[in-house]
Amino acid sequence: MSSKPRTLYEKIWDAHVVERRDDGTCLIYIDRHLVHEVTSPQAFEALRVAGRKLRRPDLTLAVPDHNLPTTARLDADGRRVPIADRESADQLATLERNAPEFGVRYIDAVAPEQGIVHVVGPEQGFSQPGTTIVCGDSHTAAHGGLGALAFGIGTSEIEHVMATQTLLLAPSKTMEVRVEGTLGAGVTPKDVILHVIGVIGAAGGTGYVIEYTGNVFREMSVEGRLTVCNMSIEGGARAGLIAPDETTFAYMQGRPMAPAGADWDKAIAWWRTLPTDPGATYDKVVIIDAADIAPCLTWGTSPEDVVPITGVVPDPMSFADPSKQVAAQKSLDYMGLTPGTRMQDVPVENIFIGSCTNSRIEDLRAAAAVVKGRKVAANVRQALIVPGSGLVKRQAEEEGLDRIFVEAGFEWREPGCSMCLAMNPDKVPAGERCASTSNRNFVGRQGPGARTHLVSPAMAAAAAVTGHLTDVRELEPVA
Amino acid sequence: MKPIREVEGRAIPLGLKNVDTDVIIPAQYLKTITRKGLGRGAFETIRAQPGNVFDDPEYKGANILIAGDNFGCGSSREHAAWALGDLGIDAVIAPSFSDIFSGNAFKNGILTVVLPQEAVDRLLEVAKTHPIGIDLENQTVTTPFQDRFRFEIDPFRKHCLLNGLDEVGMTLAQDAAISTFEGRMAADRPWL
Repeated sequence: MSSKPRTLYEKIWDAHVVERRDDGTCLIYIDRHLVHEVTSPQAFEALRVAGRKLRRPDLTLAVPDHNLPTTARLDADGRRVPIADRESADQLATLERNAPEFGVRYIDAVAPEQGIVHVVGPEQGFSQPGTTIVCGDSHTAAHGGLGALAFGIGTSEIEHVMATQTLLLAPSKTMEVRVEGTLGAGVTPKDVILHVIGVIGAAGGTGYVIEYTGNVFREMSVEGRLTVCNMSIEGGARAGLIAPDETTFAYMQGRPMAPAGADWDKAIAWWRTLPTDPGATYDKVVIIDAADIAPCLTWGTSPEDVVPITGVVPDPMSFADPSKQVAAQKSLDYMGLTPGTRMQDVPVENIFIGSCTNSRIEDLRAAAAVVKGRKVAANVRQALIVPGSGLVKRQAEEEGLDRIFVEAGFEWREPGCSMCLAMNPDKVPAGERCASTSNRNFVGRQGPGARTHLVSPAMAAAAAVTGHLTDVRELEPVA
Repeated sequence: MKPIREVEGRAIPLGLKNVDTDVIIPAQYLKTITRKGLGRGAFETIRAQPGNVFDDPEYKGANILIAGDNFGCGSSREHAAWALGDLGIDAVIAPSFSDIFSGNAFKNGILTVVLPQEAVDRLLEVAKTHPIGIDLENQTVTTPFQDRFRFEIDPFRKHCLLNGLDEVGMTLAQDAAISTFEGRMAADRPWL
């Protein structure tokens, strides 16, 4: 191995090369494969048709999340509540059949560990620093918060990983996104990543893997890092990562599938070698001053449509790029917004706190801190809190957060992808608006005709209690 | 997979930028457990608008789609590529594609052609009235008006597309190398 300084990404890549081809393409070993019900049926079917086995079921973990209703899953007698949507029920049943047939570990819908695949992986210690992690879901980027190279794959690639435990990949370019300084009051990891996407654009990271550096990420909790890396894909980057450090190690220690005993010492020694070497270079560097980041949100239908909460709906003609002018006008038509309107004057009828971006315990604590002693506003029709996993739910209940939410008028639900995407009963009705802690504000994402504003958990909570988009910094604490 | 050498025909001049996977195929259609029939849900929100390009008789039977920057951004759903295939699309031309989408398209024998915005603008104009030709071997896009745009493509992908190769089968042939790697990993990183 040469002594050339390498980035975190290059180190993980090099440690996983099975075979390097002349054109630079590499056969890369995959350490961890997460599976859910939506993108896996066709891959299992292809294996079956070709008479192929799943090479490493021990490196594979399956959990249902996208289709599951978030209402009670067991009736009063402890029996499973049937799922009304026939197609959803079929897809869930298909995973439940495929997992044992191919020997894959399966966390079922009523297990206490069930949750969103990207919450479960880190929580169980299945996702680890320095590993390559894939899943048929673009928000796999989240696991990069642990210092793993984690990215979403399509179903043909799922089949490839199942059959060979490898993927044929061309190396990505590297981008450093460095945020230094002190974050202002009310600015959360969600605001940081929304701001970053606003700066680089929805295609800014295409072809790149992003490494987030600087004191802001070093000082961030693992939960916050998972939130940041989760939305790398919204900036076009298939993966985002943050160097593993003492914060990461403290998070990993003692998790059910994390290394233990002598293995723990070996693992931690290797993890310490992973951070980017001094003198290593990136193909692109973006530097952001933490002081420039405000609590922010989206106004349009692309995650790059970011504005501070103190801002106004932009005029499409204010964009230099003619194609962006057209896109912005279409966005505003869809969103039912007029240029110049103060964002804080926009009423919301739906609140969603959840998703693989913002459903971890810290997110729920942040929302509860705003909600405590207040009520959901009268014009809010639906306000959901959906914990990312059964374990997050239990922890929140032990802390009494569920009572704060329920007393305020929120619904306290079972774990799943819920209102982030319109695949289960939780949807935003056409023409209605939602302050959502999820990751995509695409046309129809939360339901046909639904209008999404992406926000942090604290800002979603603030919108819930005022009934309109709100600057969380202006809410006085309730004694 | 069937080999691809040339794609010729009418092209749908969509032109929009940031066409995301929820627009290509909305989530409610992802509940299928097969790869077939997704064309019925493709571009549903666009097709709900009167006069949209997908239902314009001018482009009936078109096998090429021309789009703006960042086509296929968003989710990893391969259903987006399956839906395009089900619509009869053999190639998409755009100034840029999301990485995951272009990989999914490739694995389903759909060619993604990256050209500069000026070239895409010209093709959007030509597509309104005339067919477009894509020659994978020579990496060119041509029009009946003597336009000729060269595009770049990863040599490995080109080789697979030209020969219709099955990647899983090819990698399975590397079994020995994979087993060697696993042996090394078990020694170096036993906790995995």
